[in-house]
Amino acid sequence: MYVAGISVLVGAAVVLQMARERRYPDGPAVADQVLYIESGQVIERVALSYKAVLADLYWIRALQHYGGERLKTDSNERFALLYPLLNLTTSLDPRFMVAYRFGAIFLSEPYPGGAGKPELAIRLLEKGIRTTPDKWEYYHDIGFVYFWNLHDYLKAADWFRRGAEQPNSPWWLRTYAATMMAKGGDRQTARVIWQNILNTTEGEWMRETAKKRLLQLDALDQIDYLRRIRDEFQRRKGHSPESWEQIIAAGLLRGVPVDPEGTAFTLNFATGEIAVSGYSPLYPLPLETIPGQP
Amino acid sequence: MRAVRFIAINVFRESVRDKVLYNLVLFAIMLMAVSFLLGQLTAGQDVKIIKDLGLAAIAIFGLFIATFIGIGLVSKEVERRSIYSLLSKPIRRQEFILGKYLGLVLTLAVNVAAMTAAYYAVLAYMAWKAGGNFLPGWEAPALDPMLLKAVAMIFLQLMIVTAIALLFSTFSSPALATALTLALYVVGHFNADLKNFDAVVTSRPAAFLAKTLYYTLPNLSPFDVKAQVVHAVPVPVGYLLFNTAYALIYISALLTAATVIFIRRDFK
Repeated sequence: MYVAGISVLVGAAVVLQMARERRYPDGPAVADQVLYIESGQVIERVALSYKAVLADLYWIRALQHYGGERLKTDSNERFALLYPLLNLTTSLDPRFMVAYRFGAIFLSEPYPGGAGKPELAIRLLEKGIRTTPDKWEYYHDIGFVYFWNLHDYLKAADWFRRGAEQPNSPWWLRTYAATMMAKGGDRQTARVIWQNILNTTEGEWMRETAKKRLLQLDALDQIDYLRRIRDEFQRRKGHSPESWEQIIAAGLLRGVPVDPEGTAFTLNFATGEIAVSGYSPLYPLPLETIPGQP
Repeated sequence: MRAVRFIAINVFRESVRDKVLYNLVLFAIMLMAVSFLLGQLTAGQDVKIIKDLGLAAIAIFGLFIATFIGIGLVSKEVERRSIYSLLSKPIRRQEFILGKYLGLVLTLAVNVAAMTAAYYAVLAYMAWKAGGNFLPGWEAPALDPMLLKAVAMIFLQLMIVTAIALLFSTFSSPALATALTLALYVVGHFNADLKNFDAVVTSRPAAFLAKTLYYTLPNLSPFDVKAQVVHAVPVPVGYLLFNTAYALIYISALLTAATVIFIRRDFK
């Protein structure tokens, strides 16, 4: 009798909840960009002896925030909580190396893949250096942000050199410093660095990022080749091609060219510019600068 | 000593009857559930997070047992009036206090030991799932014996909290004893600030008072070595021995105070 009564009541609650979700699918509008405590010092004090487990919770929240914001299309304030969450995580657990390293990538990645705030990535990694000054990985990552995102090759070389001076640093870090000084933003240098990250990193997410970056570099090589074909078409016909079909009909290509992920490249009929499609997993490609010019 | 043993075993039996050990099941289920979920959420940090979570759970489950059973050790006997029949037996009041304390410490020891076993079992499962006990990129092996250092420090901390709860149980109501015990637990993690109080105040008496409080209140934060062992930062044996000696002396002081109060208490 009681069991039947409880079952009926629980069933009614389930039905009511389903009805509410049908009628109000988005629920009441709430601001989800809320962080009740932003100060690392305050959270560190109130956490008592549970700092590490609280750091883990903030780390999971940072990951969810990053993943959720990447999917959003309608917000101007994207990734607004990313740095505060990572700052709290690393204040609670100052030795949480992955939070510094992955966090720096989340922050420095250009929009829409990340927050596009390399200066915050550097600030986060510098905080890691203050805690453990002998971790060469943090110096490497700051150098990398200067190289990949800010195209400041002199500073990148300096950070790689400082990383190479730390105990247990890999031999190739010193070669990075020399290469930065000599070649700056050379694509081959980028390929070597990403290949090294792919070979030496254990984290699956980081390895996937490195693989994607290598494919993007391949796509940039392909675009260079396609530009030469476009120019050849222009030289032969006296005008820019308006579609891939025209280039194929001219016998310069066998089919519509696709990027390493199998998505067709786009050809702008007005400007003749060739790029990866916005639908490609490789979009957007990294910006490149002329070596020596930041 | 026979009386102490008798009371201690009875406290343990009573906590088993009160289903205190059910928390072990909850602990095991929680750890296992979290270990299944974490892989998707933590970008490869599941072993580190299970280590943190397991140690924090051992500490917090133990804290609840130490506080909520500790505060009832004496006051419950008074409330139920069973204290009269107990004291009419050839049991000295100091034996009663010591027996009650050791009984709850035994309950805590069984709990902490069982939780630690479940903790290592879950870590062993995670190591097996990951394909090794110590993979490149991890700071320490999954089944790191150094984790036992953190567990030992948690246990010492719980022994102090139990003695605090027992002390308050001898002269106050359960509600007040709970509040006071938890307040001292919190203060015990904050009181390092009192040490350097003279840097922020100019008054010498205030600075002296702060320093006195720093040395007399329980200092629990040095017992927290969880983050160090998880990140494979060495914790010297000497440091652990100092903590152990401090805990034993502080517990002796608390139990002496509890005994003095209890001896002077009039139950007529």
